[in-house]
Amino acid sequence: MEQVKHTAGISPVVLAPRSEVTAFAIMVALLIIAPSFIYPMFLMKALCFALFACAFNLLIGYVGLLSFGHALFFGWASYVSAYTAKIWGLPPELAIFAGVIIAAGLGLVVGLLAIRRQGIYFSMITLALAQMMYFFALQARFTGGEDGIQAVPRGRFLGVLDLSNQTNMYFFVVAIFLGSFLLIYRIINSPFGEVLKAVRENEARAISLGYKTDRYKLAAFVLSATLAGLAGGTKAIVFQLASLTDVHWSMSGEVILMTLVGGLGTVFGPVIGAFVIVAMENYLAQFGQWVTVIQGVIFVACVLLFRRGIIGEIANALKIKL
Amino acid sequence: MFEIFGIPSQALFGQLLLGLINGSFYALLSLGLAVIFGMLNIINFSHGAQYMMGAFVAFLGMQYLGIDYWWSLIVAPIVVGLSGVIIERLFLQRLYKLDHLYGLLLTFGLALIIQGVFRNYYGSSGLPYRVPPLLQGGQNLGFMFLPNYRAWVIVFSLVICLATWFVIERTKLGSYLRAATENPTLVRAFGINVPRMITLTYGFGVGLAALAGVMAAPIYNVNPQMGADLIIVVFAVVVIGGMGSIMGAIVTGFALGVIEGLTKVFFPEASNTVIFVIMAIVLLIRPAGLFGRGA
Repeated sequence: MEQVKHTAGISPVVLAPRSEVTAFAIMVALLIIAPSFIYPMFLMKALCFALFACAFNLLIGYVGLLSFGHALFFGWASYVSAYTAKIWGLPPELAIFAGVIIAAGLGLVVGLLAIRRQGIYFSMITLALAQMMYFFALQARFTGGEDGIQAVPRGRFLGVLDLSNQTNMYFFVVAIFLGSFLLIYRIINSPFGEVLKAVRENEARAISLGYKTDRYKLAAFVLSATLAGLAGGTKAIVFQLASLTDVHWSMSGEVILMTLVGGLGTVFGPVIGAFVIVAMENYLAQFGQWVTVIQGVIFVACVLLFRRGIIGEIANALKIKL
Repeated sequence: MFEIFGIPSQALFGQLLLGLINGSFYALLSLGLAVIFGMLNIINFSHGAQYMMGAFVAFLGMQYLGIDYWWSLIVAPIVVGLSGVIIERLFLQRLYKLDHLYGLLLTFGLALIIQGVFRNYYGSSGLPYRVPPLLQGGQNLGFMFLPNYRAWVIVFSLVICLATWFVIERTKLGSYLRAATENPTLVRAFGINVPRMITLTYGFGVGLAALAGVMAAPIYNVNPQMGADLIIVVFAVVVIGGMGSIMGAIVTGFALGVIEGLTKVFFPEASNTVIFVIMAIVLLIRPAGLFGRGA
């Protein structure tokens, strides 16, 4: 796979490159002023998907594993968060936490099965297991079948902050997104992250160096699933809804598309990709079914002409790390 | 009429029959996937969309050109196969030097395009396709009623599967094909046009999917989404069987169809998921798949 070469070295104490610090500062500034110009609902949707795409990118971009079933973690976390918030009356932070725990558990089971095979088989196995869990969601009573779980209360964060206020909700989502973004950044630049990249580049070599690569792959898979669950749980609280759309394979396809458009294996790529795709879907919603066709065209165009993605191309042109 | 394990024989054998029919589609589709994967090292995600295209060629041919079912069995695989040849020449051949994942992503995109376009023009409800007059009606076997068309589908797909196996494993053409799968550079050095062989292999694999689509049309109606979920089941079938063996793909396809049919009788809630559960169990016991070689 084409990737941006890492220059940061192995030591985790190396400071982040200036390009990344600058880009992060710009991103935070934009997120703070954005609600004055753009609908908060749109921003929150894009941020949930940005987090989802970052979690997915942790796996494809840094371990080279293409999961075609990430909607499983996103969607099931969203169901569990919606259910615990609505039926059990849990406050939002605990409801999201419950979703995250479920996603981590599912990630462990799916990961254990899927890493038994390599490459293309890994993708097919994750897709098949996600489809199985889609049928469970379709048949299980607690998910509400075709209706999903509607009218989920947003509640009060820590019993104090009223999340039904749009501004409060927005900054709650921004905090979750930025926290997770920094966590992912920390993971990929840690010694653990360096081993993941070694597995991506040459698994046999990593094994010969004495690394138990299966454990590293499993750990990365569970981390990715957990963070995808955090995105799903947050989305359920923001939109007060969990539905079959979130567990369907087309959702797995969408998160792949976002990451691909932004740039596989770049830190900021998935964020940009998520905003681009969510914006596109918003503006093109009037064209109905053509949205699928356009998504397909973008897939084909990205794979044939544009494999580095938006951020990858920019970073390459400016010879910086992003 | 008698009962087996408290299930009326009519229901049991009816589901078994339907299972065999689904199994023959699984076998035809996973066979195509395995042949394509062998030569191109690409998992063809648009296989389900191409199966749907086969059904649509039959439907549209009947509607506008008066092409009957029997001609569709020949015309649809050729038309869809040619579209596959174009796809291979235009897109896929650019990916052979890259990671396998890009082939999966590209064909996934193609599947979205194809399914989206058909849904725009034909909606998502099924369009009826009549059983050909020659195969209408059925036989009463005493313990069950056997519709002629269903018997035909099972026999015909079995013949096609075995013919494909014979060509690949027992003829000179097949030996070139297997040699090119093992070592394309060496086979090229012997003066065989490997790139053309790769193109034709893709066309053939896709044509098999289209043939399955034509056979499915009278049973399941013609619907733009008919291949979308099916392809995921076929992926599971491929994981269970492993793509190393042609006969393995055929046997696994039929066997899983039958198991799915039986599940529908005894434990209907699990009928959608049983193949995925079997896949998980196989991964635990034999990670390489039942007929797989290595990982």
